Amino acid sequence: MQNLEQIVSEALAAFAATQDPDALEQIKARYLGKSGQITELLKGLGKLAPEERKAAGATINQAKEQVEGALNARREAIRRAALEARLAEESLDVTLPGRGETRGGLHPVTRTLERIEALFRSIGFEVADGPEIETDFHNFTALNTPENHPARSMHDTFYLQDEQGGVAEGVLLRTHTSPIQARYMQAHVAKYGHLDTMPEIRIIAPGRVYRVDSDATHSPMFHQVEGLWIGENVSFADLKGVVADFLRRFFESDDLKVRFRPSFFPFTEPSAEIDVAFMSGALEGRWLEIAGCGMVHPNVLRHAGIDPEKYTGFAFGFGPDRLTMLRYGVNDLRLFFDGDLRFLKQFV
Amino acid sequence: MKFSESWLRTFVNPDLSADALAHLLTMAGLEVEEQESVAPAFTQVVVAHVLEVVKHPDADRLNVCQVDAGNGPVQIVCGAPNVAAGLKVPCALPGAVLPGDFKIKVAKVRGVESSGMLCSARELGIAEDASGLLVLPADAPVGESIRRYLDLDDTLFTLKLTPNRADCLSLTGVAREVSALTGVAAVYPVVEPVAPACDARREVVLDAPEACPRYAGRVVRGINAKAPTPEWMQKRLERSGIRSISAVVDVTNYVMLELGQPLHAFDDAKLQGAIHARLPKAGEKLLLLNEQTIDIDADVLVIADDAKALALAGIMGGEESGVTLETADLFLESAFFTPFAIAGKARRYGFSSDASHRFERGVDFAGAVRALERATRLILDICGGEAGPVTETVAALPQRQPVRLRTARVNRVLGVPFSAEAIASLLARLGLPFVQEGDDFVVTPPSFRFDIEIEEDLIEEVVRVYGYDAIPAPAPVAKAAMLPMPEDKRQIQRLRQILADSGYQEVVNFAFVEEAWEKDFGGNADPIRLANPIASQMGVMRSTLIGGLVSTLANNLKRKQNRVRAFETGRAFFKDVQATPVAGYRQPWKLAGLAAGDALPEQWGVAARKVDFFDVKGDLEALLQPFTAIFEKTTHPALHPGRSASLKLGGRVIGVVGELHPEWVQKYELPHPPIVFELDLDALLASRLPQYAELSRFPAVVRDLAVVVDRDIALQSLLEGLQAERPALVQDIQLFDVYTGKGIDSGKKSLAFRIVMQDTQKTLQDAEVDVAMQQLVTLLEQRFAAKLRV
Repeated sequence: MQNLEQIVSEALAAFAATQDPDALEQIKARYLGKSGQITELLKGLGKLAPEERKAAGATINQAKEQVEGALNARREAIRRAALEARLAEESLDVTLPGRGETRGGLHPVTRTLERIEALFRSIGFEVADGPEIETDFHNFTALNTPENHPARSMHDTFYLQDEQGGVAEGVLLRTHTSPIQARYMQAHVAKYGHLDTMPEIRIIAPGRVYRVDSDATHSPMFHQVEGLWIGENVSFADLKGVVADFLRRFFESDDLKVRFRPSFFPFTEPSAEIDVAFMSGALEGRWLEIAGCGMVHPNVLRHAGIDPEKYTGFAFGFGPDRLTMLRYGVNDLRLFFDGDLRFLKQFV
Repeated sequence: MKFSESWLRTFVNPDLSADALAHLLTMAGLEVEEQESVAPAFTQVVVAHVLEVVKHPDADRLNVCQVDAGNGPVQIVCGAPNVAAGLKVPCALPGAVLPGDFKIKVAKVRGVESSGMLCSARELGIAEDASGLLVLPADAPVGESIRRYLDLDDTLFTLKLTPNRADCLSLTGVAREVSALTGVAAVYPVVEPVAPACDARREVVLDAPEACPRYAGRVVRGINAKAPTPEWMQKRLERSGIRSISAVVDVTNYVMLELGQPLHAFDDAKLQGAIHARLPKAGEKLLLLNEQTIDIDADVLVIADDAKALALAGIMGGEESGVTLETADLFLESAFFTPFAIAGKARRYGFSSDASHRFERGVDFAGAVRALERATRLILDICGGEAGPVTETVAALPQRQPVRLRTARVNRVLGVPFSAEAIASLLARLGLPFVQEGDDFVVTPPSFRFDIEIEEDLIEEVVRVYGYDAIPAPAPVAKAAMLPMPEDKRQIQRLRQILADSGYQEVVNFAFVEEAWEKDFGGNADPIRLANPIASQMGVMRSTLIGGLVSTLANNLKRKQNRVRAFETGRAFFKDVQATPVAGYRQPWKLAGLAAGDALPEQWGVAARKVDFFDVKGDLEALLQPFTAIFEKTTHPALHPGRSASLKLGGRVIGVVGELHPEWVQKYELPHPPIVFELDLDALLASRLPQYAELSRFPAVVRDLAVVVDRDIALQSLLEGLQAERPALVQDIQLFDVYTGKGIDSGKKSLAFRIVMQDTQKTLQDAEVDVAMQQLVTLLEQRFAAKLRV
């Protein structure tokens, strides 16, 4: 049996020496194949005396198991090494940039308008819209601003040409989003006027408006968002509550200071300007004019067919451009209308 | 409205700092827009008397002066060219600090000791004049603080008054308001009537009494128009932003500022006969004081004598009848013109004046004679002369209707429980006369208020004096009804988000554009023109958003942004007599976009290529889901005729997409043609409720089919033919390859389709599949002369 030990040790050494799976299988054949050395030894058992056969058989089988064990271990080792090599081969520079399209983005003022809409929706305001070429009636008269009212000089209005090249009668580019109020109220009355009590009106109306004015702080086209709440018992205190709540939510600042001071708009009374002051940041402590508001003027309600004795309400108008500037620290209004991708991409 | 604090305090003097006073006014609706000191801070500058001036021994331009600054002669070296013995000038004493933190010490100047500095107006920060020392009047008291002597510890307030508060366009008006807000009594000027000293007079005729229901006038004879305006009056005018012109003009301005009544002074020698307030005669012209000659519109009131128009009533005087320094006899006018008569008229002639500003907002119609007496007195005091009697003609003055104020209404509108007593006390503070009837108040508005006509006007007054800040701001209580949320509609936000997610950046362009854009990109030769555009390149309303986007591209290319994907949502504007809600103008919402430059952002591992029609078409197909639009070849003024398509949804054309026309690519200097699209927004807002269809439990069979057809055959027509007549088990037909080139005859193209077949009831047999495929092939052969490609 001296020979057997030698065979085993040769086999183990041969396995260990090879890296190649095919070579390994050939080596295996030398020992465990049909005419492999260990196979031959097992075949030789038959020639032995029965009493020797058992012990010799046990010894050879033990050797065979040892060789098979070594073979399997080697196979696994070679497979692993190959896998490792492949994994190493396949490794990527994961720091290379990803492929494909990059996202575009919304205009910063759109961001603001969407936030405003979402905040007001959360307390039951619907979004309304109206024409930008507007009638003089809806832009002024229905809003208690008759012809030659000094308040008309507060708005430098764009007018249109008629076919003869003169000034077209009765139409203009809306100077504010307030005409949407007038239109919405009229439509509401047409729909619900027959009821004893009409449902409340709770709308906000964002949009583009136009005034003849162009410098660093004025654009001839800019945005406004109008709000209107009309019901049986809507008060000035409610107006203050809604506006202050909105501003604190919009700027996400509980310590934002909000103040109302008397002002004048032909379509509201009492009227107020709304100022805010931030408690931190570059504008800390300064009062910034941010909106106009007031209780809807009885004449405006009457124009729409609403009884001011039965219903009261408030309206407000914010400048989303200004809100956007304050929110994101933009210092030049004109950037909003310049289409400069380097600027706009900052809001993706 | 600009005025100085010190003048205001002569009428009402509450114990408040300038800042607190400004805050009080602002919070009461008289917004203090600007607040500035008359002079910057400086100390220890006094009136000094120059006693002697000798040349500096070592410097040509310097003088050595002996100066008395209140404590005997001191020596000061001075470089000012106008220094001279006998002058009174400001002197900064050693220890003084001048504006700019400039400290004055005893020092040697070129070897000569100097104990202080004689000052120019500029060195004190009170004027720009740096040409020499500020020379003070000869009677200036030596040693007196310059700040006190020149009244420099004063603050200038500029009020931004709302159009309803004409009553505060005067010092006494603001004082009345301050008194109401603080409870401190105001003292108003005492005006004694001036007894006539002669009988010179002119009759006054009101030819248009509804426009001018009150006119008072008076002749003042034998004045010295060259008399200087007193220092104190000049200073008050100057601090109100009004330049001193001559004593007479200054007096009229002064009284207007003081009492709010605009006045006008005519040269009586240039007048003939009676004074008329009348409408103009046809073709009447007038040369105004601002040297503008105007044609007087038929609805513009004039002041005239028996011969001719003299002035635009309540707006501006005429050049020819105005006072000059040679004027000896005056005719002074103090009238009431109704706001309706004056409103908008000055603006029509392209200017505004202090008088028109006040009259169109409302001047106290009870104050005309009082102001006339006040001005007469001042003119007599300053210019001498003798006054004739006041001639006044009065027609129907505005009526002040009593306004009822209900306590319950106050509480309902404000949302705060006020008691009747509290309201009574607030009305009393405002000086509004009222009669209380239970919980109601009947208020008669005073003649100086033009903004109190209805109950809400009074509610505003009440809350203004009570303080807006004092009204609580609770979260309101409302019915918690949910808003509708239609699922078959999409919000515009969703569309914007889809495009943004596809790489497009939203932009906002002006709605008024260059006229050429309308022609080039919209084929619109007759756009809606603005009557008063801000600039010619913003002269017309856009009917297409494409021009703005092309401009966005061009501007970004200039900034080296070569890959541009942009979109905008906004209205386009069309002439349309049928349009609603504004007749004549259809204003549909559009969604437009543009893609230019590389198809993908420059990146490794992907070969760069320019964006093309089909890239953008893919973006639009994604945007339109769940609907599928039909793209049909079309022509459009903005687009390449061979590379543009209209989009059809439900039989309606909803927009176009295509490559920009090469002509415009060249004209607008673009390096590559961008792909642009413009869609009707309303069509995109439709969506649909998903409807479940049962899934087949049996496997689908997929077969490919390649055919060669004429190049001109549009895929769409082929697909429509297949869809219409396909065997029932064909579920889906997808194009997956288009090939032209080697192996395919020119004029032909190869199209490869993937055919998906499935039966919901059973597994398909090969034979069935073969039959179906053969049917498709036959269809293609017969309808489209297709050849099966093998």
